[in-house]
Amino acid sequence: MAQDAFQGVPLRSALGRVRGKGSARGGTHHWFMQRVTSIALLPLMLWFTLSVAALAGASHAETVAWIGRPVNALLLLASIALAFHHTAAGLQVILEDYLHKEWPRLVAILLAKGACWLAAIAAAFAVLRIAI
Amino acid sequence: MAEFKLPANSTVSLGKTHKAEAGAKNVKAFKIYRWDPDTGENPRADTFEIDLDKCGPMVLDALIKIKNEVDTTLTFRRSCREGICGSCAMNIDGLNTLACLKPIDDVTGDVKINPLPHMPVVKDLVPDLSQIYAQLRSVEPWLKSDTPPPPDAERLQSKAERAKLDGLWECILCFCCSTACPSYWWNGDRYLGPAVLLQAYRWIADSRDEAMGERLDDLEDPFRLYRCHTIMNCARTCPKGLNPAQAIGKIKQLLVERQA
Repeated sequence: MAQDAFQGVPLRSALGRVRGKGSARGGTHHWFMQRVTSIALLPLMLWFTLSVAALAGASHAETVAWIGRPVNALLLLASIALAFHHTAAGLQVILEDYLHKEWPRLVAILLAKGACWLAAIAAAFAVLRIAI
Repeated sequence: MAEFKLPANSTVSLGKTHKAEAGAKNVKAFKIYRWDPDTGENPRADTFEIDLDKCGPMVLDALIKIKNEVDTTLTFRRSCREGICGSCAMNIDGLNTLACLKPIDDVTGDVKINPLPHMPVVKDLVPDLSQIYAQLRSVEPWLKSDTPPPPDAERLQSKAERAKLDGLWECILCFCCSTACPSYWWNGDRYLGPAVLLQAYRWIADSRDEAMGERLDDLEDPFRLYRCHTIMNCARTCPKGLNPAQAIGKIKQLLVERQA
């Protein structure tokens, strides 16, 4: 509105503002992988939940032996990779939704992804130490 | 950054009450959002008591009656009064819809009327749509074809090709859907919103259009397209019964397909 000109709002046209920096030509891979990881995690999380429930009351040695079995270690590593990939993708969406300045958003997304990476590596390392 | 507080001028105070004329039996109260940019005051909700025995059946009939007989300063857009122009889109009883298609009888209790949510208000029930019109312009909603049309004939389309436009061409651009979308509320500066994306898909789906790839390129963006989180408010609120979320889903599907 005409009034805005006097309040320091740029006079760029609405179309110029909307076109902005143009299309980022991206986002499809992120969106697709979020769906793929969520579908893959359905059976993995079911297996994980049932297995942990079955281990209730098991001793430390029994639990370590269970993790050390190759099939279990493999499925645990897959669960860790997919779960943290999915978490990072979901956090990115939330930050994109609610942080409106480009650079703080970029930094926040990098921090969230970094935290997910570190947690994933730590979890995978723990499994590998027992299994190998 | 995220904003947790609403601006001070968004508080709506209680306004004037216009009583129904004496002897009216079938009275319904309309609580209508009023804001006048010239006074510098906060918005207020005025109450108009209307005798439904002397009023047409739709909410728009009541608004026109109020403007004609009670308060001529009440400001709203209207034109066709039959759900085809999209001018009288507003929030009635908590749902964005067209005042001309909304029967007063559908509303239990008082009829609360507000402008389309989260848009700048010009006055009363009139929202500023200049940005959303620019967003529509940005998807170039017209036929783009390098092949010239056959001489002295129209571009042909099979019945199956034409059927793909059903559920898309009916959109009247009232923007009930976009202004009902939380993602559009938070990121409307970059997210195109359901109405504009449905229009974009209307041209992507048109067999006569030759610019599908170019159109998909321009939409493939984390903000322009991928802010849709299938909240589905758009489909719920559309006064024409369309499903913009489905059109957005089809755009995403095409973007995945062209990478496969």
